[in-house]
Amino acid sequence: MITYYGYTDGSGEYYIVIDAERCNSCEDCIKVCPQQALQMEDMFIDLEDKPVAAVTEEHRKKIRYTCSPCKPEDGNVPCVSACKLEAIKCIWKPK
Amino acid sequence: MESEKDKTEFWRWLEYHSVMPGKDWRKANVITAGVDVGSVGSKAVVMIDGEIYSWSVLRTGSNSSDSAKKALDWAMQDTGLSLKDFHYIVGTGYGRVNVPMANRAITEIACHAKGANYIWGPSVRTVLDVGGQDVKAIRCDDTGKVVSFLMNDKCAAGTGRGMEVIADLLKIPIEDVGKVSLSVTEEPEPVSSTCVVFAKTEAVGLLRKGWSKEKVLASYIRAMAIRMSELIEKVGCEKEFVITGGQSKNIGIVQRVENILGVKRLPVPNLETTGLDPASAGAIGAALFAKALYEKEKHR
Amino acid sequence: MISAGIDMGTQRVKVAIIKDKQVIATAQNFSGFEPAAVAQQTLNEALEAAKLSREDVAHITATGAGVDMATFADSNISMMGADAKAGAYFFPSVRTVIDVGAEDARAVKCDEYGIMQDFVVNARCAAGAGTFIEAMARALEVDLEEMGPLSLKAERASTINASCVIFAESDVVSLIHREEPKSEIARAIFDAMAERVTSMVRRLGVTPDLALVGGVAKDVGFVAALKRRLGTEILIPENPIFAGAVGAGLVAARRAKRRQ
Repeated sequence: MITYYGYTDGSGEYYIVIDAERCNSCEDCIKVCPQQALQMEDMFIDLEDKPVAAVTEEHRKKIRYTCSPCKPEDGNVPCVSACKLEAIKCIWKPK
Repeated sequence: MESEKDKTEFWRWLEYHSVMPGKDWRKANVITAGVDVGSVGSKAVVMIDGEIYSWSVLRTGSNSSDSAKKALDWAMQDTGLSLKDFHYIVGTGYGRVNVPMANRAITEIACHAKGANYIWGPSVRTVLDVGGQDVKAIRCDDTGKVVSFLMNDKCAAGTGRGMEVIADLLKIPIEDVGKVSLSVTEEPEPVSSTCVVFAKTEAVGLLRKGWSKEKVLASYIRAMAIRMSELIEKVGCEKEFVITGGQSKNIGIVQRVENILGVKRLPVPNLETTGLDPASAGAIGAALFAKALYEKEKHR
Repeated sequence: MISAGIDMGTQRVKVAIIKDKQVIATAQNFSGFEPAAVAQQTLNEALEAAKLSREDVAHITATGAGVDMATFADSNISMMGADAKAGAYFFPSVRTVIDVGAEDARAVKCDEYGIMQDFVVNARCAAGAGTFIEAMARALEVDLEEMGPLSLKAERASTINASCVIFAESDVVSLIHREEPKSEIARAIFDAMAERVTSMVRRLGVTPDLALVGGVAKDVGFVAALKRRLGTEILIPENPIFAGAVGAGLVAARRAKRRQ
């Protein structure tokens, strides 16, 4: 199950995309996030609750502002690089 | 009597409840319920042995746990059912943590996909839900399991609320905007602003330029449809495709999304004869999960 | 030598007349629906105030979102370039210029000569700009000028959905119904704006001194909220709304000199 955290508004597209099936709950991404914007969350998959990385509720509607200090438009996204399983992607298209 | 304000705020809302004729819960092995407390509407569905038995749809009040209780009570009305007869209840939706009688809560995305799979069958792959304050695009597999999803509740663009703002500006009744937007002879360019605030300014400018109200409306709805299509394409648009939520009744949006994506949505089933209500997709999914979880726990 | 700068903003057209590196006259008008005519009129008003005629002006440089509408201009400059120039002109110690206008916000890094080094822009979403405060003032039924002073009376801020102006409007209506103090609602609005602008500046790196320009720099509520968030002092020129026009006017003077 792939979750797109973020939004498209007039100013562009901003998403952190997390694949819960690939996530092994190692928490590496959570450790490297300078904004504490990630946490483990139970995801309901195949009638089980699996703890997976997720963008916190608080940051979902302001992710452009939360993530901008990392400069994702230059391809610099620590959580994406930290994930050995390639479970995290970043879509960043400011207009 | 309702005040003017209530009328404009709740234009979508006719509350209803019903029981499927010819079914007897006393003969059932497993009785479950799904209660979906949304930001605007609260929905309850009662299932017996995995089939819809009764349902209710009402407005969410200021207290979500009261709304949850009211919805389930209304679905149980005239059936002789009481809370102790249920084997398992699942709460979902925006207020899912406030469903006091639920055995557990499940996110609305999982429930929505499961419900759509039940309503339209296993061929459904893409669900677009357009509510008052958010837009959800969900891709699911043949079992109704979510493959990917995206929810946009950050911004009013493409939501029912954004539509209301433009309808207000143009003084066109919200029930008519879809039809009116299709009355233009030629499809105009979409408004260039995504942001509803700036789109409003743009619309005023177009009216000043001499555009008709219909043309301005078509231009806004076209922009809305493009935005929705982009969200769907992000999660991946696969056939079959369905639209749920308040804006599924807006024919101007539906036709334009269909044209842009090049797919037709599946038709909405007849509620009275089937009990299959797209507005209750989340509650249906929750009731189905309730049954599956009950059986899983029983066999443990 | 006399030069002029014109800032074709989304909401207002601003003109500054510069003589020997001094601002000698300014004028502003709402852009309205015919910004080209308004541009001409605003220039005329500024010239009149300076007791000059068009022939006295060696060079006119235009900037702003509607820059193409100032057809009489001799040259154009980017909004960021104009901000950098103006920031260093107002305060030579300034290295970061923050410009919050009606429909967009920018942060520009500059050197001591007012040459732009780097910038970040927020645009096309009303939640990040002055329009947000205007819409909320309407929803609160408070004069725009009253919003700032009102917010300063609050000890705490209400909770509102500040991600979208349209959603925030509905929130404000229900908060008023619940009789939350308007001051606390106003403070929440400025806090949300300040948070956006702060993260924009953080991306550039907060290099002191900081200057705040643009129409919103006049708002004491926003300035207080921004200071709280950034945790630094912020320099504000006397007429922050003319920063773009002044920057453009200074650039015009340089260009005129080069052509002599």
